[in-house]
Amino acid sequence: MEVMAKIIKGKYLDSVKLMLVSKALREMSGVSDAVAILATKENREILAATEMLVDEILDAAETDLVIVVKAATTETAEKAIVQADELINAPSGHKGSGNVAQSLHNLEAASNSLNKGDLCLISIAGKYAAVEADKALELGLHVMLFSDNVSLEDELKLKQKAVAKGLLMMGPDCGTAIINGVPLAFANKVPRGNIGIVSASGTGLQEVSVGLARFHCGVSQAFGTGGRDGKKEIGGIMLLAFLDYLINDAQTQVIVLIGKTPDTIVLDKLWQQLAITAKPVVVNFLTEIAIPNIPNMQYTSSLDETAELACAAYNKLNNIIIATKAEETTIVFNAIGKGSKYIRGLYSGGTLCYEALQLYHQYFGKYPFSNISTEPEYKMADAWHSEGDCFIDLGADDFTVGRPHPMIDYSLRLKKMQIEAKDPDTAIILIDVVLGYGAHPDPASELVPVIAALPKDIVVVCHVLGTKDDPQNVEKQAEQLANAGAIVFTAHHKAVVYALELLKTGRNKA
Amino acid sequence: MKKLNLTVGKPKIVNLGLDSFAADLHLQGVDVAQVDWTPPLDIAIQMKAKYTDKVRAEITLANDKALAVINQGKPFLVGMGLARDLIPGMQENLILHAGPPITWAKMCGPMRGAVIGALLYEGRADTPETAEKLAASGEINYAPCHEHAAVGPMAGIISPSMPVFVIHNETFDNYTYATQNEGLGKVLRYGAYGTEVITRLHWMDDVLYPTLQRAIKYLGKIDLQSLIAQALHMGDEVHNRNRAGTSLLIRQLAPAILKTMENVQESAAVLDFINGNDHFFLNLSMPACKAVLDPARNIPNSSIALVMARNGTEFGIQLSGTGDKWFTGPALVPDALYFPGYSKADANPDIGDSAITETGGLGGFAIAAAPAIVQFVGGCANDALSYTLSMYEICYGESTNYQIPALDFRGTPLGIDVLKVIENNLSPVIDTGVAHKNPGIGQVGAGVVKAPMEPFIKAYQALAEL
Repeated sequence: MEVMAKIIKGKYLDSVKLMLVSKALREMSGVSDAVAILATKENREILAATEMLVDEILDAAETDLVIVVKAATTETAEKAIVQADELINAPSGHKGSGNVAQSLHNLEAASNSLNKGDLCLISIAGKYAAVEADKALELGLHVMLFSDNVSLEDELKLKQKAVAKGLLMMGPDCGTAIINGVPLAFANKVPRGNIGIVSASGTGLQEVSVGLARFHCGVSQAFGTGGRDGKKEIGGIMLLAFLDYLINDAQTQVIVLIGKTPDTIVLDKLWQQLAITAKPVVVNFLTEIAIPNIPNMQYTSSLDETAELACAAYNKLNNIIIATKAEETTIVFNAIGKGSKYIRGLYSGGTLCYEALQLYHQYFGKYPFSNISTEPEYKMADAWHSEGDCFIDLGADDFTVGRPHPMIDYSLRLKKMQIEAKDPDTAIILIDVVLGYGAHPDPASELVPVIAALPKDIVVVCHVLGTKDDPQNVEKQAEQLANAGAIVFTAHHKAVVYALELLKTGRNKA
Repeated sequence: MKKLNLTVGKPKIVNLGLDSFAADLHLQGVDVAQVDWTPPLDIAIQMKAKYTDKVRAEITLANDKALAVINQGKPFLVGMGLARDLIPGMQENLILHAGPPITWAKMCGPMRGAVIGALLYEGRADTPETAEKLAASGEINYAPCHEHAAVGPMAGIISPSMPVFVIHNETFDNYTYATQNEGLGKVLRYGAYGTEVITRLHWMDDVLYPTLQRAIKYLGKIDLQSLIAQALHMGDEVHNRNRAGTSLLIRQLAPAILKTMENVQESAAVLDFINGNDHFFLNLSMPACKAVLDPARNIPNSSIALVMARNGTEFGIQLSGTGDKWFTGPALVPDALYFPGYSKADANPDIGDSAITETGGLGGFAIAAAPAIVQFVGGCANDALSYTLSMYEICYGESTNYQIPALDFRGTPLGIDVLKVIENNLSPVIDTGVAHKNPGIGQVGAGVVKAPMEPFIKAYQALAEL
């Protein structure tokens, strides 16, 4: 039998804690008795009675802690002493327990309260956002930076830091992402699956992920880069990093890229990267451009077709045969009002509005007026004043200063719908209704009374973007809007084509 | 460049900004922590370029060192003696006071009252009027207790004849000093200087001091760290509540007082006096904190505050990395709970060296350990927990000596980091007593105050300029 002891100076622990330490030591195999105790006079007597008051601890002060171990071998006794040291010095206490109404004033405290967080979602004012994003990266957190008005310089620094640390840096101005099946900020509840998305566009990502769900496919990861990642200044840092991740990700079988055409230097790198993977890739730069021939790559400028192509590629890889095609809406072309000539698109999703402009161009060989038009002659001088065919992005800066985004607050759109309806030239009003997390909890409740009250000769075409698992449930929303008299679609491309077809037919008749 | 690495499973999210995002995530069963964020102070944005990663790395190294020094300190009560014999630099014409340096002209009412009282007590004047004249004459010098290894609650006046406790930090072999606590009511530290005050001070010299001195000598030393750690487990935070600390102290002292007794009546009077003053232990918890903080002075680049002190006019702090320099700003009037018949209008701005307890990770920082005084912070035990939890956000580390039972024995927040104070825009909370603004009236309230930001802003600037 070996008896070993140690004095620990100036460490005060509650006696209950010390009893727990003693108990843990006694439970070690080969330990016959053990104690961790304050060396008070009374305690010494207890130790003496059990023959544990050994010489080594005679000099201990009353406030010193002593550990005494009786064990079969020296080795076991030593082990027990080490164990006691560890138990006594182990940091104790919750780093913020769940039942305490605590306020967390900074990222580190908040992260610690989760026993280290994984991702930081930042949506504070842009001028403060970069500093906080930098802190988050320093703490080893992935970042989704929803805030805009962050300088290009800061964006570059943040992304360089993130890449060096192997962290996600989504944004600035990243509205949508789905990480490990969790929709973040403005995103829809879609099934988990094997199609990975990298998108520079929030609503583009939403439209495609919802499209995938419609075609019975799911998302492995959906990364947002923010709108400027493909610019020369940023060099597509995150676009390329995310692409690399998806290429190497075992869960991802098919890759989708969405966003405006990146800078040529970025494009070159992108093509190189795509050429080395065998995974099917569907690319959509939202416009018709010349693309190189890469065998596993398909290109489209339609968001709906992006989802369709990706699902087809996935089904082909997995030998899945879809017996019936995705549901077709039977299109009945209502007559449009006599003398009414124009379509007025009132959007909340910028990318959807942009896609509508491209479709219009394909249809009529020219662009309509728009506040987001890149063609100077079609750029609306005053976004408040519509003339001819117009597609307005109400989520653009001209409308959102000091006001919530139109996906959350419908008041501006409702007002604009009423204004357009009063214009005798208006034939069709086209709107998008974006559902999902982050968006208005029940858009139909706002839209139905207004749509129902519009003159009967105005056709309202609605694109409802969402899934039935979204908090708003796309089916319920679509039904209510249809009952109010709107023509409802759940795929943007179809909604726009219907509206343009109707316009063309109406004009031909007139 | 590292491979992008995503953990498996639902990510745990820190949400900074729109609450609705956190609510959505919560609905989906995702672990989410909402940051209660306030925009940083302008100074943090202006100085951003100065605090580079390299500078911050140096600060971190220095703070590691400072925190280790503080945590290693072992304060013991080792004896008593007279201020003139023990306090370094003490002179016959010197009066020590609480807080940063101040002239007679700028002293607040309670501090002037206490100086007048001290001059009467020292026999330097016969009447308050002549004492006041002498105080203003230039013949008397004034200096902060903190510059003479001492601390004093409220006015914090120490004059040469006063007996002081001697605290020894065994790890670093440094000493600190504090006077004996007078109790509540009309007392010198609140600026009272009437006959009863002076009479009590003389009784403390003649009876209390020798009795305690003999008892402490008999005991050799008293481990203050151990007493404070136990007091925290018994509901004290050793600033506004010292009931457990005083009780623990009397348990140690009483047998020694009896064993060294010269006179039964006097010994009984001493025990009665300590027993009747819950705050007796404050004058030991304060110098104990100073004793462990002082060895961490002058660690270049350290952003940890080693002193927070108020003189009733100004609030001052000193950092480890900026030497003996004081950073000051106006002291605030506490938004406290007032005794019947008094209001904020009667209150003097915050005063006293007792914020040394918060600086040492106790007091307001450990209020979660003192549920009995939560009425000062809103009445709910959870409010006290929140106060302590929020202080972890401005502290560099945690105490390895003092724990909070209600936080599952987590170490108290320790080492006020000026960088964190400024960058989180979160000021330290201090438990405090409130003095009447006129001398001689005494305590009119108690509560929790927030330290003013100005001294921290100045310190933040100064540290960057080094």
